[in-house]
Amino acid sequence: MLDLTFDTPKPKVIAGARQDWELVIGMEVHAQVSSKAKLFSGASTTFGAEPNSNVAFVDAAMPGMLPVINEFCVEQAVRTGLGLKADINLFSAFDRKNYFYPDLPQGYQISQLYHPIVGEGEVIVEMGEGIARQVRIERIHLEQDAGKSIHDMDPAMSFVDLNRTGVALMEIVSRPDIRGPEEAAAYLGKLRQILRYLGTCNGDMQSGAMRADVNVSICEPGAYERYQETQDFSHLGTRCEIKNMNSMRFIQQAIMVEAERQIRIVEGGGKVEQETRLYDPDKGETRSMRSKEEAHDYRYFPDPDLLPLEIEQAWVDDIKASLPELPDDKKARFMGDFGLTDYDASVLTAEVEAASYFEAVAKGRDGKQAANWVINELFGRLKKEEHDITQSPVSPDQLGGIIDLIAKGDISGKIAKDVFEIVYTEGGDPAEIVEARGMKQVTDTGAIEAAVDEIIAANPAQVEKAKQNPKLAGWFVGQVMKATGGKANPKAVNEIVSAKLGQQ
Amino acid sequence: MSIDQSTAARVAKLARIKVEEDALPALAAEFNAILGFIEQLEEVDVEGVEPMTSVTPQRLKRRADVVTDGDQQDKVLANAPDAREGFFAVPKVVE
Repeated sequence: MLDLTFDTPKPKVIAGARQDWELVIGMEVHAQVSSKAKLFSGASTTFGAEPNSNVAFVDAAMPGMLPVINEFCVEQAVRTGLGLKADINLFSAFDRKNYFYPDLPQGYQISQLYHPIVGEGEVIVEMGEGIARQVRIERIHLEQDAGKSIHDMDPAMSFVDLNRTGVALMEIVSRPDIRGPEEAAAYLGKLRQILRYLGTCNGDMQSGAMRADVNVSICEPGAYERYQETQDFSHLGTRCEIKNMNSMRFIQQAIMVEAERQIRIVEGGGKVEQETRLYDPDKGETRSMRSKEEAHDYRYFPDPDLLPLEIEQAWVDDIKASLPELPDDKKARFMGDFGLTDYDASVLTAEVEAASYFEAVAKGRDGKQAANWVINELFGRLKKEEHDITQSPVSPDQLGGIIDLIAKGDISGKIAKDVFEIVYTEGGDPAEIVEARGMKQVTDTGAIEAAVDEIIAANPAQVEKAKQNPKLAGWFVGQVMKATGGKANPKAVNEIVSAKLGQQ
Repeated sequence: MSIDQSTAARVAKLARIKVEEDALPALAAEFNAILGFIEQLEEVDVEGVEPMTSVTPQRLKRRADVVTDGDQQDKVLANAPDAREGFFAVPKVVE
């Protein structure tokens, strides 16, 4: 039922001084596995702990300590691979990536260069209704995170905290299929959404649980299509890698700034050097990380402390069977089953908690009405308080109860909003609130008739006018509603007023 | 492949091993001797032979996702030449 027909978005075109240029972007996303313990040690992964308190001797690279792999982390990498419709490699192996840095006590990072655990997959990145970019995933490998250096606590020293050292990361490597800054942010957003659905990474960019290295190059219009036909990189420009970005906004800014820098070089007759760069958001520029260039020869070799990682197909099948419904499928189902618009379905499936909430409300009720209440009233109210759906004081049952009261004709949509506000701030059962506070709609036509008669009798001049101009009937409806405290059924009032004014 | 003096110097630098200028020719010669042995090994036909990763048949040992270690800041920092406020203190490194 998943509709895979979509148009591809137009690539971003940047006007240079001499000609137009297009962007080509590939991303390496580091996603922290949501595990309790580290990839190769039993130390905790808790964020924000006392410095160097979540450190085992393995993490501190004490002599003689040996790594033992955390099976849960392996499972999460497989799960992520399956979620990205990727090939799972039953045989993978760990390699040492050698470099020196104070926050890397081993002098190498254990990673998977030659035999990653996950192979090729794909992510569909929606860029509007019916428009999407298919971004190919090249691979996902498991690796260790490094520690953290703090430079601002002492003028002459850097302080090193190894709490993050050895935490499991999944490096998700895309092909250069991303064609603009907005697409890059949307790709990261989509990846984050999928990982959060899968529960393999919390996606918290602020704490660094998800960060990206962005490879940017420029090319002349048409060159990218030749690359796609041939998969020959020589059609593309030389790329620069912008390291360690953990904000969607900065990623977009950095891409534009870097592209413009490359255009200036090429149009000035120069050549772009392949290098690693850092984005400085304060100055709005990228600059070379020369120190990294020196050490770029990582001298990878298979880690002799670790046997190859061999997993069984049956285990992979079990993990596959336990996968939740993923965002694309859920969205398609919401549109199909509940008749939601593309937009509403996207909003409701952005976070899995919100999607579950909506489904609980929509169950056995009108889907569109449930969507309206969840999106407009609930989300709107939560946003006002800067709360997310998990903090909602109104349960799906309570919201569903309000919708039921409207459906039964007990309250009007307008009164329902008041009931919602009461439930939101005070709690309680909607039906009881309506009963106890006398908010029930008056559907008794006798009572409404009496109210209408009273208004008509008191306003003979208005009655004459309304007979000339039927539009004035609205004034009577308003008066009746006012007289009944908004509790009269608006439809019944309309009918009775029209009849009494002789308009029917 | 042959290793010249400047390659030997580069490898030493990447490995952060200090090698005096006058020791470089001997180091390069040793590298070349090692590579020579490897070239000899490469003559063996290993077509269809699985790489041996362990002497006895073993499966990579796994651990459960349970916190069993840590909370030993003092021990972790015990060998550090300089430690302050729970951190390792090192000469300033800034990009």
